[in-house]
Amino acid sequence: MSGFIAGAPSPSEPLRRFFQVARGAGLRVSAAEGIDAARAVDLVGFEDRTVLKDTLGLILAKTPEEKDLYDEAFELYFKRDEFAGKEADEDHAAGEMPQRGPQMGGDGMGGSGGQSLGDLLESDDRATLAAEMEKAAREAGVENIRFFTQKNLYARRILDRMGLRGLERDMEAMRQTGTPENLGRAQVLEGKVEQLRDAVRDFVERSLLLYAKGETEKFREELLKSARLSNIERRDMDRMRVLVRQMAKKLAARYAKTRRRRLRGQLDTRRTLRRNMGWGGIPFITVWKQKRIEKPRVMVLCDVSGSVAAMSGFLLMFLYALNEALSDIRSFAFAGSLIEVSDILEKEPVEQAIAKIMQTIGYGSSNYGNSFSDFEDGWMQFVNNKTTVIILGDGRGNRTDPRTDVIGRLSQRCKRIIWLNPEYRSAWGTGDSDMYRYAPFCSLVTVCNTLRQLERVITDILEDAA
Amino acid sequence: MNDALQAHAPLESIEAVDLGLGAAGYIASRKISTAIYLAHHLQKPILVEGPAGVGKTELAKSVATWMQLPLIRMQCYEGLDESKALYEWKYGKQLLYTQILKDKINSVIGESDNLAVALNKLHDFGDIFFSHQFLEPRPLLRALEQPGGAVLLIDEIDKSDQEFEAFLLEILSDYQVTIPELGTIHAGTPPIVLLTSNSTRDLGDALKRRCLHLHIGFPDEKLEARIIASRVPGIDGRLLKQLVSFVQQLRVLDLKKVPSVSETIDWARVMVLLHASVLEVDLVRDTLNVLLKFEADIEVANKQIAGLTHKARQDAGVPA
Repeated sequence: MSGFIAGAPSPSEPLRRFFQVARGAGLRVSAAEGIDAARAVDLVGFEDRTVLKDTLGLILAKTPEEKDLYDEAFELYFKRDEFAGKEADEDHAAGEMPQRGPQMGGDGMGGSGGQSLGDLLESDDRATLAAEMEKAAREAGVENIRFFTQKNLYARRILDRMGLRGLERDMEAMRQTGTPENLGRAQVLEGKVEQLRDAVRDFVERSLLLYAKGETEKFREELLKSARLSNIERRDMDRMRVLVRQMAKKLAARYAKTRRRRLRGQLDTRRTLRRNMGWGGIPFITVWKQKRIEKPRVMVLCDVSGSVAAMSGFLLMFLYALNEALSDIRSFAFAGSLIEVSDILEKEPVEQAIAKIMQTIGYGSSNYGNSFSDFEDGWMQFVNNKTTVIILGDGRGNRTDPRTDVIGRLSQRCKRIIWLNPEYRSAWGTGDSDMYRYAPFCSLVTVCNTLRQLERVITDILEDAA
Repeated sequence: MNDALQAHAPLESIEAVDLGLGAAGYIASRKISTAIYLAHHLQKPILVEGPAGVGKTELAKSVATWMQLPLIRMQCYEGLDESKALYEWKYGKQLLYTQILKDKINSVIGESDNLAVALNKLHDFGDIFFSHQFLEPRPLLRALEQPGGAVLLIDEIDKSDQEFEAFLLEILSDYQVTIPELGTIHAGTPPIVLLTSNSTRDLGDALKRRCLHLHIGFPDEKLEARIIASRVPGIDGRLLKQLVSFVQQLRVLDLKKVPSVSETIDWARVMVLLHASVLEVDLVRDTLNVLLKFEADIEVANKQIAGLTHKARQDAGVPA
């Protein structure tokens, strides 16, 4: 416990393992919070589960979502204790295990260990058995389990530590003697060992749920963030939606903050004098010049044609999230022609909004020239020198007139055009791709086909606008 | 009430907190009592979150009443800065003193021959202009300076700017503030600090880490009935049951703003004033605007009033 401050109570063993579980469930338990929790538990004790739950919840869970995660983790973790029975409970509170029961260890000790395990099984002492299992599991380091493929490994380790090998040898010896009494005993034991195996396997499975849930989930999320959007499978859609929402929320929180920034050291003489009129103009209160930061004005044009169909779902999803994050945003979708979708994104929940947009205008073959001239006719007048225009699309207009002249005029009116293309750079300009013909008018053209790239680009946009 | 105010050891157990708050007129759930108990013993502020009208601010008031401590309240808003929250110099007074000093300056400097000597004499006066006399303590500093401790309520912290939140950290973790001209001021007795938030924005992690996090949701039927009974004395038990059941049902509907406890209390008062003993559909319809604050919500509820009232009467065992 090198990280802990000297003098502070260090969390007891069961508490420390619970922190690990809580971290696995997605709560952030820092060292400082660990200490606070330990102090709090010192105060209230382990006896009353509801009080304990409230207490730890007050310290460890900081948002309603975290409260839910916490409740789940607490129930799962302390349910195991109940299974172990009251006796094991008290052991936990005291933080030490009784020195009775079989000697754990290698094969040399197997005899006595097996004897003891056999006795326990025969006497059907469930509480002690459960306590033994907990102890063996701790020694086997079950909290390090991460993948379901490790289940058998850990089950075996736990059984070994409980002295199963010795017991098996004893049972073999019993059978060899051949007396009916011994044979019968061996058979009874056989059944009990089978039960024990099941119990241990169950236990390991629960541990996997407890300790590994967060890790696997995190691993999966990392993978998804850098996977190509068009390759993401249907079953990952829900997870993806959560990720997109998180990302948008993060962006929103970062840019919702104050839009005024003090220019340090520049006195606003006029306002200072006015402020201090009451004191005859003697400047008691100084007023400093402030810089107003402009809100980003963004217009997003999103291609929803058949060629990018796999992508457009995500692009729209992100568009939706962005719509929640930024106040001054107008969104458009196009394939053969172009429509404004700001209203749909604003009013409908995400699923319906995307379905509705795809239904109205989606699939079909794209005609960039036509869509851009639609934009010019309907909305060019709203573009001014503070607007950032983002175009999401592959720039493949099926050999129709690309109407670069429209983009040219647009680029003169707006602050900048950013083109995000889901295709790799090597594919640009091949076939019917007009990417290189549009590129000169854009201040940035970049490949964007994973969630991570999308986030980076949007962050840059918001930053520049600030 | 006095017997409950055992000022010497009011926070010895969670049950004692329960009782104490109860005596002060606040019916607390177990979680709330635990939070107050821990806040005192761990010396940590409590961040109270939850929908409007569930008694976040009321909690602070009740703790103050019960512990017989002064309640110091600071309402947060956008643009709140340290000169309004912590301290300010009394400029007017400083100015007046400067004027007086101007007249007396000759007698102070006296017959000094040169500027250096005169300045030295002035230095002997020290920094009188930046001493405690000229300091106007604002809520935070006042809370720290209370000799017997205090209850400090920082209301709606989510309305303040992020900078202000950062500035609070020193006070929340160490119960001290630093004033450049005077040095660091420590609290004699650490105040009990409650921060409330309606979650209109996400608070910083640093702030959250320093606080106990208490989430107060809508109470369940039993607790709400107890709360109403304590707030509206003299209400008929059967009417109470109907009211609570009705409101609990309302909360399940899709409403823009669901009625919270304070609205239930208001409604109960209205019912008592009208001498009602049973919920009638017409009566409910006429008084619904006490519970619901949006026209659209009232419309939604209006359609279901008959059903809801019937169910509420059934729950309370009133014959139809």
